[in-house]
Amino acid sequence: MSRPALSMSGVEKSFGPFRALGPVDLDLMANERLGIIGPNGAGKTTLINCITGVLRPDSGSVRFEGADITALPSFRRARLGISRTFQIPHPFRGMSVVENLLVPLDYIHGVEDRHRRAAEVLERVGLSARAAYPSEDLSQLELRKLELARALVGNPKVLIADEAMAGLSEAEIDEVLAILYSLNEQGVAVIMIEHIMHAVMRFSQRVVCFETGQLIASGTAEEVTRNPTVQKVYFGEQAHH
Amino acid sequence: MTRGGWTFGLAMLVIVLAGFLAPHVLKNPFYFFAGYVILQYVVIATGWNILGGYAGYINFGAAGFFGAGAYASAFLFNAFGIPLWGSLIAACVIGAGLGLLMGYLTLRIQGVYFAIATLGLVIILETIIHNIPALGGARGMVVYGPPPPGWAAGPPQYMFVLMLLIAVASVSLARWMQLSWVGRGLRAVRASEDAAECSGVPTLRLKLLACAVSGAVLAAAGAPYPFYTSFVEPVTAFSLIIGLNAIAMPLIGGTRSWQGPVIGALLLATTQQIATITISSELNILFVGVVLIAFVALAPNGLIGLVRRKGTEARL
Ligand SMILES: Nc1ncnc2c1ncn2[C@@H]1O[C@H](COP(=O)(O)OP(=O)(O)O)[C@@H](O)[C@H]1O
Ligand SMILES: [Mg+2]
Repeated sequence: MSRPALSMSGVEKSFGPFRALGPVDLDLMANERLGIIGPNGAGKTTLINCITGVLRPDSGSVRFEGADITALPSFRRARLGISRTFQIPHPFRGMSVVENLLVPLDYIHGVEDRHRRAAEVLERVGLSARAAYPSEDLSQLELRKLELARALVGNPKVLIADEAMAGLSEAEIDEVLAILYSLNEQGVAVIMIEHIMHAVMRFSQRVVCFETGQLIASGTAEEVTRNPTVQKVYFGEQAHH
Repeated sequence: MTRGGWTFGLAMLVIVLAGFLAPHVLKNPFYFFAGYVILQYVVIATGWNILGGYAGYINFGAAGFFGAGAYASAFLFNAFGIPLWGSLIAACVIGAGLGLLMGYLTLRIQGVYFAIATLGLVIILETIIHNIPALGGARGMVVYGPPPPGWAAGPPQYMFVLMLLIAVASVSLARWMQLSWVGRGLRAVRASEDAAECSGVPTLRLKLLACAVSGAVLAAAGAPYPFYTSFVEPVTAFSLIIGLNAIAMPLIGGTRSWQGPVIGALLLATTQQIATITISSELNILFVGVVLIAFVALAPNGLIGLVRRKGTEARL
């Protein structure tokens, strides 16, 4: 856990006059488990979009394993080993569940037996029985699992889970946590964006909190949740719900 | 190769052989005149579907590519005596180039704007050709093709076999694209560009590839046309009915697989050929329009989609 896998410095993103993110400086160490919390609209997903290349930051730089990837298109970042789930599942409609996994396996090279790898990952997320189903027939819950399966099937080095547990039952949250843990044990750095606090607390070695595009706190899960500012902006807001 | 691959290859071989033998059975050359047009539409629908069906980019400009192919071969033959197979290759190259150009200019815009932009392509090309005297301008160009080779029963039979070969090549190409990483990537693009990119799919490059291949196939459909009619002029080479059929046929058959455009083209083009002799050709456009609206409204996944749906319902 010495050198950063991802390193962001001065990353900023605005939509029109509205600055959704930044400037942000944040490192993700190799093999780290990082939790990101913050109220809705805080800029968490925007940060992920800047890391994965879905959005280009207006200024600042993103580095991956030391190399500047700020200008790289998304697909190249994916091939380097940066993988993500989408907060709102983006299944490849018109394809079966297993074919959804074959897309990254076709384009992110390095897996020998693609069909075996796809079957193995489906087994792991509990979608084996659905392998041949059209992805449009999946329940919301299964779509979240598919999203996760597709993100990890290509053996990424960094996995970013954007609210992958929203709507899951406690048992399913435990399943997803177990999957993320075992990935991490194999050396994958994991960023978990989550509103489910007990999951973040259990999982993360370090937690950062965002608010209105700014990183307002960083530390162990305990430190961050005890931080008075975090309490005010985040748990204050949560309490209203 | 998979078992499906062998079956497909065998079927294509049988079809080609049947095409070569057909003139010995069918003596009336009209069948080959009509058959040529039907096969031409198989090529057009198949070419269109590579971009429109697999990638989901609706191209209203199929006639532009067809016309470019037709004019390329007419000009190359009249000016330099280049034989049909040579101009067929040239047409593919020009079609691919036009497709790339169209892609570069328009792929960043999506949906309906892309469709409008492609319509502009036809108008631009037609206007350009109208104003080039070397291409005959509005009057068109007469093309006195060489006599067909000795083995062919006559010009229509020869053109028919030629178009059959182009159709088999196009369908094989479309099938390969669909079943390979290319088709899977394009389907991913069609479903979600962001998710495709984040899965390692180079979406822009893949779409440009689809534009180029689609353009090449559409232009190939037009290349033999001057030899078939002995004449090209802008109005028929860039005809509205070509662009309309190119969209209608895949939609009727189903855009998700290579079979869809083939089925749609065979059905619609055959109906049109019968209608042309029995009713009038003006009613053709009306007919296609009505069928198109009906399918878009009632069976958006085409005939194949209808059959599949019936199948799943039966299983449930
Ligand atoms: N593509 C976009 N266009 C305009 N505004 C956006 C876009 N994406 C996000 N935003 C805005 O940026 C802010 C941050 O959004 P987001 O990063 O999704 O927050 P979070 O993931 O923390 O809930 C929100 O106010 C949101 O409305
Ligand atoms: Mg979000």
